[in-house]
This record gives sequence, C-alpha cells and structure tokens, in this order.
Amino acid sequence: MESNGVEASRIRQEIDSLNANKRNIEQQISALEAQLHQLEVNSNAVCTSSFSNGDLGSSNGLSPDMIYRYSRHLLLPSFGVQGQANLLKSSVLVIGAGGLGSPALLYLAACGVGRIGIVDHDVVELNNLQRQIIHTEAYIGKSKVESAAAACRSINSSTQIVEHKEAFRTSNALEIVSKYDVVVDATDNAPSRYMINDCCVVLGKPLISGAALGLEGQLTVYNYNGGPCYRCLFPTPPPTNACQRCADSGVLGVVPGVIGCLQALEAIKVASLVGEPLSGRMLLLDALSGRIRNVKLRGRSLQCEACGDHAVLTRQTFSDFDYAKFTQTPLSTGPLTLNLLTPDDRISSTEYSKKVAEGEAHVLVDVRPAHHYKIVSLPNSRNIPLSTLEGRLSEISAALEEEAKRRTLDGGSSASLFVICRRGNDSQRAVQLLHTLGFTSAKDIIGGLESWSHNVDPKFPTY
Amino acid sequence: MQLTLEFGGGLELLCDSVKIHNINVDPQDGEKQLTMKNLLSWVCTNVIKERPEMFMKGDSVRPGVLVLVNDTDWELSGQLETVLEEKDNVVFISTLHGG
Ligand SMILES: [Zn+2]
Repeated sequence: MESNGVEASRIRQEIDSLNANKRNIEQQISALEAQLHQLEVNSNAVCTSSFSNGDLGSSNGLSPDMIYRYSRHLLLPSFGVQGQANLLKSSVLVIGAGGLGSPALLYLAACGVGRIGIVDHDVVELNNLQRQIIHTEAYIGKSKVESAAAACRSINSSTQIVEHKEAFRTSNALEIVSKYDVVVDATDNAPSRYMINDCCVVLGKPLISGAALGLEGQLTVYNYNGGPCYRCLFPTPPPTNACQRCADSGVLGVVPGVIGCLQALEAIKVASLVGEPLSGRMLLLDALSGRIRNVKLRGRSLQCEACGDHAVLTRQTFSDFDYAKFTQTPLSTGPLTLNLLTPDDRISSTEYSKKVAEGEAHVLVDVRPAHHYKIVSLPNSRNIPLSTLEGRLSEISAALEEEAKRRTLDGGSSASLFVICRRGNDSQRAVQLLHTLGFTSAKDIIGGLESWSHNVDPKFPTY
Repeated sequence: MQLTLEFGGGLELLCDSVKIHNINVDPQDGEKQLTMKNLLSWVCTNVIKERPEMFMKGDSVRPGVLVLVNDTDWELSGQLETVLEEKDNVVFISTLHGG
C-alpha cells in the first residue's frame, strides 16, 4: 500500500514537470510564429511595391487579412477577386432589424460589404427572439439597431456599421437612402413598402424586397436595370383587412429566416455585379409543402405613378406624400385600437375583476379563435370565436339561464354578459353584433386579456 | 377543361384553407373559349366560400392579388382576356407585408 502511494506521488511530479516543459515549448512556438508572420507581412509589402502588376493578389487592393477572410469567395471562379472588390466598395441599407433583417444583416456583415446601414426604431422583446436571430436575451429592452450593430461588428470588425435609430419616414428617407448603393426592405407593413419603393425610385436605388407571413415568403428585386417597381405591380394598395401581421397571424421563425438569407444573396449579387438578380421575377416560398416557385412578372409599367413615363414623383412630392393615408394603415407597427362602442357598453379589466370578486352572476364569452384560446384563457370563460358567434347564440342564452339559476336569482334579474378577446377589438365587434341580435346588455372588456395581464394579474401570460 | 388552381398568401383562407384545387370547368354556352374573366366568376361562385370581397373587386381580382397563369404574371398574357387551355395552372396569391 505504502509503496503504491510513493509511486503515485512520483508519477504526479513527473506529469507536472512535463506539463511545465510543454507550456515552455508552446510559448517558444508562439513567439517564433509571431516573428514569422511579421516577416511575411513585410515581404508581402515588398512584393506589392516591386510587382505591382503581378498576379499574386497584390494589385487587387485586398489586404492579406482580407484575402484570408474572404478566401472562399475568391476561390469562386464566377465571383472571385473582382466580385469581392466590388462588394468591399459597396454600401447596403437594411430597413428593419426584425425577422427578415436579422439573417440578412448577419450575412451582409460576414460577406464583406464595405458599409452597412441599419434602420429601426424598435427595442428587442422576448417574443422577437423566436425569429429575429441577430438579437440575444442580453439585449431585451434595448435598441434593435444597437443590438444588430454589435452582432455585425463582432462578426466583421472591418465592415463599417452605421446605426439609424429612428423610424423610417418621408422626412428622413431621402437623406438616409441617398448614402447607400442598395436597399433591403425588411419591414413588416404596407405603407413602409410603398414609401421605400418610391424613395428608391426617386433616388434610382435597386430595392431588394422580401416578405414573410405564416408559412409563406416572397422575394423580388424592384427598380433594377429597367425592371418593374413595387407600384408597377401593385398600383393600388390592398384593403386594410387583407394585410395580416405576424403579431396577429403568426409566423414560423425560419420562414423569414430563409427569405432574409435570400435578400442578402440578391443584395450581394447586385452590389458585386455578379449573377442575374431576381428582377422582373418573383420567388414564392411555400414552407409547408417545401415548394419554391419562380414566376415571371410584368415589366416596368409605362403608366406607373412612381416610375412610369408620365410619373410626377419627385423628392418634393415624395416628402409630401401621406403613406399612412394612402394605404389606410398606420406606419407604426403597433396594434390597431378600435373604438366602436359607447362607454356604457364597455367595462375595464379592473372593474370586471371587482365584479368577479364580488361574485356577480355573469357569463364571460371569449371570442378569440380556438387556437388562441388554447394558448391561455381565463378559467371562467367559454370560447365562442367571433366567426361562429351568430350561429351559437343559443349557447349564450343557455349559459345565462344556467348562471341565473345557479346563483338562485329570481325571475326578475338575469346574469350579465361580458365579452373578451386578445386586445379589445374583436370583443367590440362581437358586442355590436350581440346588441343587434337581442343581447342588449352585453359589454366588452376594454383592452382584452392584455389589459387583464397589465392591470389585474401580471402573472397572466401575454403573447 | 381540367385546370389546377392554387391559392396563397392567405387567399386559401377564403376557400376552407385548401390551397390546391383540381377543377373541371367548360366554356359557357355559345362560347368556344374559356377566358380568365369567365374563370374568375366561376371561381367566385364555386370555390370561394367566404368574404368574396377579399378576392374580387368589380370583375377582376382585388388590389394586392397577383394572378399567375402557368407561372407567368397574367399582365403578360392579356389579364382578363387570357384564354385558358387544358391543364393550365392558375395561381392567385396575395402580396405579403410581414417580416
Ligand atoms: Zn413602377
């Protein structure tokens, strides 16, 4: 036993001594490597000056670090030194640092675009992280532009990143866009899309347009090389209720991810003058069936109000144009707040919580779609989606009767009827409908479940 | 005449969330050809189940809907006057704004 212990101790000492030697040798190697690197840099500099027309990557303006960093691009025969040099000289503006902008920015920073501008006025929220992959938990509550810029800089410190921490408006659009060669539209609403298009037409900038919602994505390049612009395709804005938002309809994170990557690809092609940009064509992604189709679009429209032969769009008319009014959609991406009912037909979430605490006889109808109800609901509510409300009135009558009976109310009084939804818009529509169908005492809970969470029960989940 | 119709960008919600419809439709009495104009009214009656105003406006599609006949913008084939042929593929897709 004792001799074993002595033997083990001797082995440990030997290991320690060898490790010390190893560290010493590693330090010597590092020092020699650094010396060698310095010699190579100096000799390259000599080469550059003495063989300025040589073909050793010396006359192309790429530093040794750049050659090493972008070597996989330089090895592509169809991209090569010229493509990379064009890219390094170019500038790209990405409007929106969300689901599309996140992957687009990561690739644009990595690939060696000379200067990248990022426009956004929003802050990072927890429910962004499922798809806005450039942001991390550490940036929740902080500016999206700051977060995205930090991520881009940490990937490539040699790319210049310009932060535009402001909403994109007609008042600042011309000044911002004029500083860049290529524009990437990574916004999420109709008025911004028309505004960005018109700004690019006025300034003659190619526009890489991407959109994603649910499980579908769309991609095209506008205003490029005589091709059509957004208004050539869509001269009239769609009705407001046709414009679904990710915040209402949902989106699978990887779908804007795919489209954002493709936007980076098109921006790289346009900036490096390589390949055939997706102008006059549109790529349609259907994630559910795994299908991508590439369709042929009309050419530039001679009648187009932005880029047509008789278009009157100028810097001035652009600055004066009211895009929110044109599309009947606010430019800010905040949720819509309707006001359809009189105050008497509404009740706040705190008032409602008092009625619950006091035990007032009532029925609470939640008119959200069934898949919303499955996410979270108030325990005493019943789900009758707005789209099915008209056909399910008998259920409401029965519930009111049962509640009155359960609370042993006499024949004269009846239970109250309250309607709730996610944010208090559909509940107003439902109450309007219920009033016309005979349920004249129905009231809506102002601000819906979001208000309940903010004002009554902070533990109640929002989504 | 057999045609394949596809709805996308949310328009499928107007027809029971079914994206692909294989249909059989013939030119109306006295007409030799089936045009997109004929097809639109047929679709409105036979395929669209709700909110037809989200699909049509007047005798054409509503603003924001792209119509593709065999993967080509119908502007290039004559819009409403496009003459359809056996096995043609017609796509109706709503432009997306999300991101
Ligand atoms: Zn145009």
